[in-house]
Amino acid sequence: MKSLKDRLRLSTFAVLAAASLATFALSAADAAAEERKSIKIGYAVSKTGANAGGAAMTTIPNYKLWLADVAANGGLELPDGTKLPVEVVEYDDRSSAEEVVRAVERLAGQDKVDFILPPWGTGFNLAVAPLFDRYGYPQLAVSSVTDKAPDFVKRWPKSYWFLGGGRDYAGALAKMAAAQTEAGVINSKVAMISVADGFGIDLVNAARPAMKEAGLEVVMDRTYPVGTQDFTTLLKEAASSGADTFVAFSYPPDTFALTQQSQVQAFNPKVLYLGVGAGFPTYGRNLGPKADGIMTLGGIDIKNERNMAYRERHKALNGEYPDLWGSVITYASLQMLADSIKRVGLDREAVAKELSTGTFDTVLGETKLEDNQLRQLWLLGQWQDGNLVGVEPADRPGASKPVLPKKAWQ
Amino acid sequence: MKTILGLAAAAIAFAGLAAAPLYLGTYGIGLMIGLIGYVTLASAWALFSGPTRFVSLATVAFFGIGAYTVSAFYESFPPLMVLGLAALIGLGVSLLVGLATLRLAGVYFVIFTFGLAELIRQLVTWYEVNITGTLGRYLFVSYGPEVVYWQLLVLCAVTFGIGYLIQRSRLGLALKMIGDDEVVAEHCGLPTARVKLALFALSSVIITLVGAIQAPRWTYIEPTIVFNPTISFLTLIMALLGGATRLWGPAVGAVPLFLLFEWLSANFPDHYSIILGLLFMAIVFVLPRGVLDFLEGLTARMKSERSRQAAGTAPEHGKGRLAEGEAK
Repeated sequence: MKSLKDRLRLSTFAVLAAASLATFALSAADAAAEERKSIKIGYAVSKTGANAGGAAMTTIPNYKLWLADVAANGGLELPDGTKLPVEVVEYDDRSSAEEVVRAVERLAGQDKVDFILPPWGTGFNLAVAPLFDRYGYPQLAVSSVTDKAPDFVKRWPKSYWFLGGGRDYAGALAKMAAAQTEAGVINSKVAMISVADGFGIDLVNAARPAMKEAGLEVVMDRTYPVGTQDFTTLLKEAASSGADTFVAFSYPPDTFALTQQSQVQAFNPKVLYLGVGAGFPTYGRNLGPKADGIMTLGGIDIKNERNMAYRERHKALNGEYPDLWGSVITYASLQMLADSIKRVGLDREAVAKELSTGTFDTVLGETKLEDNQLRQLWLLGQWQDGNLVGVEPADRPGASKPVLPKKAWQ
Repeated sequence: MKTILGLAAAAIAFAGLAAAPLYLGTYGIGLMIGLIGYVTLASAWALFSGPTRFVSLATVAFFGIGAYTVSAFYESFPPLMVLGLAALIGLGVSLLVGLATLRLAGVYFVIFTFGLAELIRQLVTWYEVNITGTLGRYLFVSYGPEVVYWQLLVLCAVTFGIGYLIQRSRLGLALKMIGDDEVVAEHCGLPTARVKLALFALSSVIITLVGAIQAPRWTYIEPTIVFNPTISFLTLIMALLGGATRLWGPAVGAVPLFLLFEWLSANFPDHYSIILGLLFMAIVFVLPRGVLDFLEGLTARMKSERSRQAAGTAPEHGKGRLAEGEAK
């Protein structure tokens, strides 16, 4: 009776010791060499938690589609023409930074996968970047918008950044608005609102100087907290500000609420620009012809047949069209990986070099990275006849002309 | 004698764990960081919430404060000083919050602490948006995960040391009394408010340090990352599973749960949430007072059964917490 507590205390130690022994045994068992029968590809992505929505839109369906396409092709092709099937190792990072770091450590150190696909989101890609670098894995960071990409490439030479930065998107918007002002379509006044979170802050910080530089006058500049659903006052203020251009750097729930409430309030700016969510396929479908004229980030070239074919295959496998911003780029980045393996084999060093310097034929068309960044991006898109078409950069092949002013809500 | 044996066992365990990076791979170290991190969080949580039975959901508020302090000051001061600074800020906030709220009782305290995490997250966001103009902060450190692990391990050992000392001190007795009946404790002349405040501050400082130590693992710090409410809930459920009133209880809950989560997220990435929810319900229904309590109850019952058989009588035995006497 008296030693009961001590026994429990000792058993606690036993549990701790067993736990550490177990991890030891696990890491030792995996070291056994084996003949190569497959290519191991691993990824950790947010299947649950706060980031699950974004990951389920841009990342996971494209990983699935690519893996299905590779399997249908008989596996990944190597330089000698043989094909090896892909073995997938998949973890859920539960939208936690510590989990995503540990999952990548596990993929690299324990599963010893050949390649690791990146997680979803700017923060998480940065969280795992030092690990990819330490273990020598190329990191195809697609779903991260950052202006610091050139610095990151210097810091982590095997990192690749595909989605541009806030300055790119804000600059494109300012350029379009300035051109329309010059053409006399709209006045030079801009009303901006932005969500007080990573995306909104990045974009609005880039937009302020960009607007000024383009000769535009920001007459309203407000932020709102994440989760805001009532925009009545902000929209009223924007309407009375006299600005022809209304810009909202918003998240999906806010984007939908803004769309709804500007119809209710008959708020009809000549340029209506909304943030993340306005590029979702359901957005255009649900609004129907009312979506016409709305602008947002991203867009596609509808004359690019390969992209349109990709969209159909995406729908066939995942039951929904891909979003019109990051999805196709995610898929293209994976095609680049497969092509690099085909050209130089499984040596990660060589694959990284090929990704940096090679030219690839992807669903985007001919694709080449500059300083490890994809710069052929649609920075501004507009809904026209049920499609979100790319309008900026205007000089890029396949660009559509913006149709402004936007028609009033019916 | 028993104390010396116990201390020796603890020292050996500590040395063994400290040597872990020598034989564990990177993933092993990462796993141990997560494990020791949650053991420390749950134990620190139980320091205050165990004896006083004030259920706090503010864990992530202090955890996030620690992480943010490091990201704000890691370039200006040496690492140990940054940790000290984080501890000071954690102490300041906890005293402020404690003074304002520890007179709240029961469910009101739970709600307040949950709100506190959100409040601090919004304050940090507001500050970053309006004053510094950026939201994410970059955190580039030169040291590897081993250093993070060792720092956590030391903190964990200190936490157990504090817990041990408190249990044997007059403070521990006072806390037990507050937990059993606060009104009676007050009538006996105990400065209940001050005792609770001291414990809350102590527990909060440790939690702040866990956040500060772990932050360099993530490279990029933003409010949604470091003020993730899941951390509060996991800490709570781990401490409750093991038994929040025992020194080793939180660790006994944290280790298996953490390993289970790891296994679930690898093997059932699509069903993780469902299994987790079922598990929580099971804990609440089957082991409401924790594993240690359950085991003690079980052994006690078996013993009384045996002695009854031996003596042929049925002695009346209190159920549950009979082995909890403090007499040593």
